[in-house]
Amino acid sequence: MALSGVEIFKLLPKTNCKKCGSPTCLAFAMKLAQRQASIDSCPDVSEEAKQKLGEASAPPIRPITFGAGDKAVKMGEETVLFRHDKKFVNPCAFAVEIKDTLSEDEIGKICRQVLESEMDRVGQKLRIDAIMISNASGDAGKLDAAAKVVSAQAAVVPVIINTTNPQAADAAVKHFADKKPIIYGANASNAEAMSVVAKANKATLGIVANGLDELSALTEKIKGLGVEDMVLDSGARKAKDIVEHNTLIRRAAIKKGVKTVGYPIINFMQREDSMLEGLVAAVGVAKYASIIVMSSIEKWKNLALFTLRQNIYTDPQVPMQVEQKIYNIGEPKPESPLFITTNFSLTYFIVSGEIENSKVASRLAVMDCEGLSVLTAWAAGKFTASKIAQFIQESGVEKDVPHKELILPGYVAILSGAVEEKLPGWKITVGPREANAIPAFLKTR
Amino acid sequence: MAFTAPKETYSGKVYSVTIGSGDREVTFGGENVLPFHAFEGTAPNRPVIAIEIQDVPPTDWADTVKKPYEAVSGDPVTWAKYCQDELKAKAIALRLVGTHPDRENRSPEDAVKTVKDVLAAVQVPLIILGSNHAEKDASILVAVAEAAKDKNCIIGKAQEANYKTIAAAAMANNHKIVAMSELDINLSKQLNILISQMGFDKEKIITDPMCSALGYGIEYTYSVMERIRLAALTQNDITMQQPLLGDVGMYAWKVKEANAPEADLPHWGATEERGIAWEAETAAALLISGAGLLIMRHPKAIQTIEKLIDELV
Repeated sequence: MALSGVEIFKLLPKTNCKKCGSPTCLAFAMKLAQRQASIDSCPDVSEEAKQKLGEASAPPIRPITFGAGDKAVKMGEETVLFRHDKKFVNPCAFAVEIKDTLSEDEIGKICRQVLESEMDRVGQKLRIDAIMISNASGDAGKLDAAAKVVSAQAAVVPVIINTTNPQAADAAVKHFADKKPIIYGANASNAEAMSVVAKANKATLGIVANGLDELSALTEKIKGLGVEDMVLDSGARKAKDIVEHNTLIRRAAIKKGVKTVGYPIINFMQREDSMLEGLVAAVGVAKYASIIVMSSIEKWKNLALFTLRQNIYTDPQVPMQVEQKIYNIGEPKPESPLFITTNFSLTYFIVSGEIENSKVASRLAVMDCEGLSVLTAWAAGKFTASKIAQFIQESGVEKDVPHKELILPGYVAILSGAVEEKLPGWKITVGPREANAIPAFLKTR
Repeated sequence: MAFTAPKETYSGKVYSVTIGSGDREVTFGGENVLPFHAFEGTAPNRPVIAIEIQDVPPTDWADTVKKPYEAVSGDPVTWAKYCQDELKAKAIALRLVGTHPDRENRSPEDAVKTVKDVLAAVQVPLIILGSNHAEKDASILVAVAEAAKDKNCIIGKAQEANYKTIAAAAMANNHKIVAMSELDINLSKQLNILISQMGFDKEKIITDPMCSALGYGIEYTYSVMERIRLAALTQNDITMQQPLLGDVGMYAWKVKEANAPEADLPHWGATEERGIAWEAETAAALLISGAGLLIMRHPKAIQTIEKLIDELV
């Protein structure tokens, strides 16, 4: 739990020496409380005070890196319960389960699916982030063999080793040395041995419990054994329990500063029915999961889940933007209409969607207005006649549309004369105010 | 140290709303906790899914969602009976899209006939929606509200531009109404207040903060719903305690991801599953943020959402 300025002040030397750059120790304490200064600026603070302050200033949910290299996933560090308060920080990882009862070919096939799962959406690269290798056979040799196949065929993908057998875990995890894998997991009966394996292999340890009481007791015990990085499984499997446990864990960590549950959460969503699995996964995306394990990763399901994750983890204070360019909708011909709008992603999606619905192939010029919608951008002086004219000229769209007609959003009808003046030879037409009137507008042309 | 579950108590409660009559009536809302938080309060009613049909054949629907209704969608009565008897719909949402001036431009008399025929054919509660043309809806919904008098339907959607006429008609004929505003918690609150000030019972309003599809602004609907629920429960704001509507089908099936053929976009995977998933994922996100009533189209999407609700309650 964060300390107040006065509580921090009590831990300082109270000499007002100014070496930290602040006029008094109290002023420095206030800066520390607001995280505008670092305790390292004070040359005279005691080690004990440093440690206390360090603990208090640690983020409520421990930051953990899963995997290594470009495909590493950052987890934890969340600070709020609701996305409208502040951005959710680290998007959850999607993992697919590979059972060690599968043949080498089947394992290789899933590895390829994972490697080929990457898609681009609104400028972000989205993918299935991880593989969980499960010791379904109960045979340590089979787990080791499966781990070997995965490490050879999907070397860059972060991995979770799923076994409660410490020897099996120790052997399998060796294939992922220095790749920050997760060993899942430690329970009440193997905690000591699993902690040794996790420490020796610099792995994060998954904690498997039956309920929140046991979970909190286990993490406390395992931290005492020297393991710092953990991910939590409360045992919740039904959607109802996932909502309850994940909410209570997040609340306890963030609002009450409970350190024993201040770790990322791993949820298991495997269902026979893949469509249902995708919906339970959606519950996890919205409600605080850091790792979501699934049994299958069909492309259609990936697209839906990647999109949902992107939407939920969007910064509510920063509008999503699309790239400034001329977008083709359908297969436009030289005589096809040319629209212009701003680059707020919602504006773009709605306008392009309505043009698409009209089934009239068109060009849509999307102008960079720092993610503002048409009226806001106009009011802010970012969607003006001279800027529109400059954008149209520099875009080079003129060579594609001999008709030289540009359709302005109805809300900025007032600009039409000025744009026409600044774009000699062009005809400016005022389109509808609302995008949903575009199909009718195109029909009557 | 034992773990103390940080449970919360809320001062407010969502109104429960009952529609229809007899043994087919359904109730939603009524919870005094955030969605699916029964561990710290009560949530007596499960969310209700109404299956969407319309007054004219669904020529503009995506192929994937047109297909399951191919044999019945030529006529709203056959379509409604199919939803009730074969798909076991708990409620039906009849959208009078054919009344839109840019579509078939059907008259209030045409709409009244459709509504009367459907009401005579099915026993489940009916939600009657206009074509979302504020002016035309006012005349259409007044006529159909009267035609459905005392059937305890939901009439909608009342918007800032037409709420007076629609609320008056709903009040005179004992219906509930949907009050829709555009993705803004303050506009939503204001519309509820305006409608209540007419003497309309605030517990007969269902709030539609406006749906948006997955990938097309769903985060706005999600957060507006979440904020409305928090205002209702934690601040006991009596102007925000109406159950929330997610009008999912219409928005989800319009987007490219729900329609584009796999042949054109092989990396997006199977067209049919993708469309169904788009509708179901949109619905799932809105359930989690607070929707108590959903309007949906595809039988498989509806069936899977029912399974999810089974797991959540």
